[in-house]
Amino acid sequence: MQDQIFELQYAMDTFYFLICGALVMWMAAGFAMLEAGLVRTKNTTEILTKNVALFAIACTMYLVCGYNFMYDGGLFLSGVTTVAGMDDAAIQAVLDASIESGFGDMGEYAGASDFFFQVVFVATAMSIVSGAVAERMKLWAFLLFAVVMTGFIYPIEGGWTWGGKSVFGLYELSYSDYAGSGIVHLAGAAAALAGVLLLGPRKGKYQESGAVKAIPGANLPLATLGTFILWMGWFGFNGGSTLKLGGIGVANEVANVFLNTNAAAAGGLIAAMITARLLFGKTDLTMCLNGALAGLVAITAEPADPTPLLSTFIGAIGGVIVVFSIVTLDKLRIDDPVGAISVHGTVGVFGIFAVLLSDSDATFMGQLIGMLTIFGWVFGTSLIAWIAIKAVMGIRVSAEEEEEGLDIIDCGMEAYPEFVNQ
Amino acid sequence: MKLITTIIKPFKLDDVREALSEIGIQGATVTEVKGFGRQKGHTEMYRGAEYSVDFLPKIKIEVAVKDDLLESAIEAITGAAKTGHIGDGKIFVSDLLQSIRIRTGESGDDAL
Repeated sequence: MQDQIFELQYAMDTFYFLICGALVMWMAAGFAMLEAGLVRTKNTTEILTKNVALFAIACTMYLVCGYNFMYDGGLFLSGVTTVAGMDDAAIQAVLDASIESGFGDMGEYAGASDFFFQVVFVATAMSIVSGAVAERMKLWAFLLFAVVMTGFIYPIEGGWTWGGKSVFGLYELSYSDYAGSGIVHLAGAAAALAGVLLLGPRKGKYQESGAVKAIPGANLPLATLGTFILWMGWFGFNGGSTLKLGGIGVANEVANVFLNTNAAAAGGLIAAMITARLLFGKTDLTMCLNGALAGLVAITAEPADPTPLLSTFIGAIGGVIVVFSIVTLDKLRIDDPVGAISVHGTVGVFGIFAVLLSDSDATFMGQLIGMLTIFGWVFGTSLIAWIAIKAVMGIRVSAEEEEEGLDIIDCGMEAYPEFVNQ
Repeated sequence: MKLITTIIKPFKLDDVREALSEIGIQGATVTEVKGFGRQKGHTEMYRGAEYSVDFLPKIKIEVAVKDDLLESAIEAITGAAKTGHIGDGKIFVSDLLQSIRIRTGESGDDAL
């Protein structure tokens, strides 16, 4: 009887990882739709291609070596138990381990489910970059960067944080980040920022007079759909980061994580909507969408401990920050077509420190050092990677190619062939 | 024969088409166009950046008419397309040198 209960716990916790992993995978669709909606018609096919390809590359590179760098899972996942490997002896070993640890701590679950849950986070971090460099980067330059980011850059900093490893043997981090405001979101934004600084703004975006030219997105319904898909996927992103479901305390924690995640998104959207209305005189839908995502990023570092009201508030602060950040980046002439650096970077930093509002175990220095370590590592190595790629093959398309549109240049096909192009 | 090219506000298309039908005109070509006249454009805002929309969407209708229908066609179009507000559009009339029905080869007034 006791054995059966432990078997059930294994099954439930494994299942939970798998479902949450599937939800986070769904976020890839969200990013694809959001970005497709915010770029121009002539660049839509290319950004969709970037999104599907980066997901596949992330899954493969993390399998090849990333998981090993981050969690010592073995190159090519040699450390993960296969179906053949889970024979009667292995099952008995898992049971014995379960009995020994009882229902406390992490319990036992399938190694493959752990990989599955982790790999979709890598894809999420990488996906942040594609929006920021949209409409002027060579497709294959981006994909080459994706190989480096998902196989190496992200796993190394992931190893220092969630993997518990010391930073090159120099120091250990005492950094608290439940689902990755810093580890995933700030990291993605740092890689994006490095790329965008080297890439330059889209042609005509910033005029000599100092005026900013608006380049409206082609499909706001897609952008909105993408945002809702991301919102839903985030329940897996934050919810799965509890890492366990079987148990009264843990199940209650998971429920609060879902609740707080949702509350923060709502708070972020409302705050961004009001801020945009006050600043611009009109209710900018794209700011509402960025606001919801900002709320989600803000709560991601600590979605379990805050009260629902505090979560709404944290999300709302994120929503206000993101609007100002988007405007500021334009003033600094840093061109980010979808607001990725603002949503994931600026608000990611806020999310890291928002942990201090509800988690008494976290320390300001711990969060600060963690944040600087992540940002410094990812920004630095990304910059090196982008410079190397630029030297080898160039990262920016020519002015004529940018004018014609990347769909024809990189993909040879239009996204909306029956519509008349501008 | 005359070729009437008229620029109207897009939502007036159905009214104008009906009015032309009523006076016996059986064919027209419609294109979506952009343009400006004295209506000028307006400014919009996207993510904090202001931009002016100088060109407004309009509909262009081209109708080939027999000479004796010209006056009533102009009257029909004007009556249907007018709102009294700025931006109602324009009518241009030009001489049509030749017109041919492709299926039958008829030409001149018989082709209209």
